[in-house]
Amino acid sequence: MLGYVIRRILIMIPTLLAISVITFVIIQLPPGDYLTTLVNEMQSRGESMDQGRLAMLRETYGLDRPMYEQYALWLAGMLRGDFGYSFEYNLPVSDVVGDRLSLTAIVSFATILFIWVVSFPIGIYSATRQYSLGDYVLTFLGFLGLATPSFLLALVMLYFANVWFGTSIGGLMDPRYIGQPWSWGKAMSVFEHMWIPVIVIGTAGTAAMIRRLRANLLDELHKPYVVTARAKGLPPGRALVKYPLRVALNPFVSDIGNLLPQVVSGAAIVSVVMSLPTTGPMLLQALRSQDMYLAGSFLMFLAVLTVIGVFLSDLALAALDPRIRLSGGASR
Amino acid sequence: MSRTLLRVEDLKVDFQVPGGVVHAVRGVSFRVRAGSTVALVGESGSGKSVAAQSILRILPRNATIADGKILFDDGIVNEGAGPVDIAGLKADGTAMRALRGGRISIIFQEPMTSLSPLHTVGDQVSEAVRLHQRVTARQARVQAEDMLRRVRFPDPKRALDTYPFELSGGLRQRAMIAMALVCRPALLIADEPTTALDVTIQAQILKLIKDLQADLGMAVLLITHDLGVVANLADEVVVMHRGRVMESGTREDIFADPRHPYLKALLRAVPRFHMAPGERLVPIRSITSEGGSLLEKDHQPWPPGADAAGPLLEVEGVRKRYGARKAGWFGAKAGAGTLAVDDVSFAIARGECVGLVGESGCGKTTLSKILMRALTPDAGSVRFNDHGRIVDVLGLEGAALTAFRRKVQFVFQDPFGSLNPRMTVFDIIAEPLVIHGIGDEAERAERVKELMGLVGLDARHLRRYPHSFSGGQRQRIGIARALALRPELLLLDEPVSALDVSIQAQVLNLLKDLKERLGLTYLFVSHNLAVVDYMADRILVMCRGRIVESAPREALFRNPVHPYTRALLAAVPEPDPSRPLSLTDLEEGRASDPARWPAPFTIDEDHQPHLVDLGGGHCVRADASIRVREVA
Repeated sequence: MLGYVIRRILIMIPTLLAISVITFVIIQLPPGDYLTTLVNEMQSRGESMDQGRLAMLRETYGLDRPMYEQYALWLAGMLRGDFGYSFEYNLPVSDVVGDRLSLTAIVSFATILFIWVVSFPIGIYSATRQYSLGDYVLTFLGFLGLATPSFLLALVMLYFANVWFGTSIGGLMDPRYIGQPWSWGKAMSVFEHMWIPVIVIGTAGTAAMIRRLRANLLDELHKPYVVTARAKGLPPGRALVKYPLRVALNPFVSDIGNLLPQVVSGAAIVSVVMSLPTTGPMLLQALRSQDMYLAGSFLMFLAVLTVIGVFLSDLALAALDPRIRLSGGASR
Repeated sequence: MSRTLLRVEDLKVDFQVPGGVVHAVRGVSFRVRAGSTVALVGESGSGKSVAAQSILRILPRNATIADGKILFDDGIVNEGAGPVDIAGLKADGTAMRALRGGRISIIFQEPMTSLSPLHTVGDQVSEAVRLHQRVTARQARVQAEDMLRRVRFPDPKRALDTYPFELSGGLRQRAMIAMALVCRPALLIADEPTTALDVTIQAQILKLIKDLQADLGMAVLLITHDLGVVANLADEVVVMHRGRVMESGTREDIFADPRHPYLKALLRAVPRFHMAPGERLVPIRSITSEGGSLLEKDHQPWPPGADAAGPLLEVEGVRKRYGARKAGWFGAKAGAGTLAVDDVSFAIARGECVGLVGESGCGKTTLSKILMRALTPDAGSVRFNDHGRIVDVLGLEGAALTAFRRKVQFVFQDPFGSLNPRMTVFDIIAEPLVIHGIGDEAERAERVKELMGLVGLDARHLRRYPHSFSGGQRQRIGIARALALRPELLLLDEPVSALDVSIQAQVLNLLKDLKERLGLTYLFVSHNLAVVDYMADRILVMCRGRIVESAPREALFRNPVHPYTRALLAAVPEPDPSRPLSLTDLEEGRASDPARWPAPFTIDEDHQPHLVDLGGGHCVRADASIRVREVA
């Protein structure tokens, strides 16, 4: 088992390297670079830029060097914890991202928690009472959740939150706390504002998860070992939790890896609509303005999240399922 | 006579299905005496399993007990004040739960799926104890270990912490039995307990059930379709058909003097040893095969003298090793792998039916896949005689390989998995013709119709999808598909093992007739010796990837030489109470371990015996000294 963990961690290195290459190529793909975008923008506003200054900027940022050198510099920087310099903000990337990353993490974590807490009981209910009225109603709501565009839901929720609860529109906290150090009031304000984005971002995920759990559990409920458990005299509730639910958990767990980046990046549009101070809108802006170090760092952040998420879910799966732990690699 | 333990009176069970109500059990009555064994016999759909599930009240949710009583009295329920009516209890109520697993327990057919894959054997067995007795986890574990010892686990202490998927099929069923018996129930319901097991394992499990029954003094309600098992285990027999009891009585009466036409028909439909030469099975529903002229139209007759070039198929020294999966990029180690097929040589003459017998995992399916070029062996050669021209099968490429595919076709074991559910029967049967570009559309339609007639199916059903056919009908569709190209050789991989006994006879007779009429050659792979006995001219016995004995059919059954063959023959339960299994001389698992075969048959590091000809086409894998002994 230990050998497996070590091997799994070692495999993450070439994976991340490959992703970094692809990321770098992607952010370099659009014609030109940040400076040409900048010049274009200034020209369209009727301003002009001194050629000498341009060349100077190009040199300081290393934009005149060949691609592989730029990549090497970027990679080496990241390994040292230096994520480069954001052209647009004129700040080191880590300073630009800092606070947003932690807020993103909070929102994402809350969303995943929301998805699980809501979808788990509903999924179980739907599966054990298949084709009952409750199942139909919940299934209908689930499809509604899947089908509603999240930005629309966001707008609706913002309106009602403001009208009913007087919550200020947009953002993750009351405007007066922005830029302030963390305090009790600020934390409370974040919580007050957070439930809307959490519900909005989590709705589609919840609906999908309910469907998945229902399908998994339905498959397992008809397996002979469930009958065996009943035949032993186990009460139905305990039998359900101990046997089929345990098996149906596998896809649930293996989903963690996908869920993390999905929640982080999929929330971009919602974040724009709700002007949340999370990473999504910033990534969008960075990609549009070819702020390459900022965009690259974001993409790498997502990649690391995915790789770690998959790693964690693999470990959890191995812990949960002896078939994976004991027979992996040996049989077949 | 002992006390009545269970009395089922006029039981009726209905299923609510989308099309209305299905009466699965329509008024069944029988009784089980304490300590005795009653067999509930019938084909699938006869309602025997539903009746058993009603006794435990573990029916599917869409089923209800419509009428009748299930009276259970073990002297303990109701404080000994008389029987309790199970049909009147709440299915998941406390009273029923106390009975279930405590006083009445059940074992199922498939030990793999009936045990949870995620919990250890110890967990699952001791859970049963803790549900019914006020004991600590430690005490329950001790009881579980004791029970595992009783069902003869080699190392009960270690077995507690193993998972079901780490055990062999036989051990899994033992674990299942231990779980059912750990609370010492008064009644054990055994629902097809050995159907999924190999014959030698089946014999061991039957013996185990018998021994434990004597030890623990429990009654057994045995549910099975296998009359051989019934003849060996049951005291009384209840024959069910379409939800009703057809006939019941003691074992001796039932087998010696079957009254009901259904039971008589069932007994005649089962292949058994000691059948008169040329005797045919009588299927319960017989089918007629007709047509075949189109199929023969483009079949080239064999030129005279073509058979002199060699047998139709000749296999020499074939070996196949499955490699162990390599582990990742890091820490990869060269796996030893398992030898699935080792040093296999045999020949099939044209027009012959060769039976290949062996237990699961012996390599018989791997071998048949090699013959049709679905797998490539590591060593050896396969030669095919195509109208006098010898073809090296393993060296075929491109067009020559495509042409070879027309000569050899395959019929699969699972009639459900081998037909694409999204294709109509017409498309399924026509597909080989399309692939090989035979005929235009109109001609293909004609041919498909003829093939349907050939396997006794109604050509009007061609537009239907496979799901609307029964298992036996689907298997016949599979046969029609295999025949579409008019092959010389059919590889039949367990063609009837997934079918009911009553259907088996139908398909076996059909295969026999087709062979006769079309002059086909068969390689018939099966684990069922009685079926092979009925079909084959010559029999190959395979064990652990090697052929250990090959002989003409009569010689093999009259004079089996190899210990493995003898063990196989001894383990087949016969539907005849006067020929009981000699359960005492079953060697526990030793029969299929080549290293433990006595000299001169031993195969291990030092001994690598080859096939020795004993004369008359009877070969056995042994040291050369065997010939001297046999002659002497």
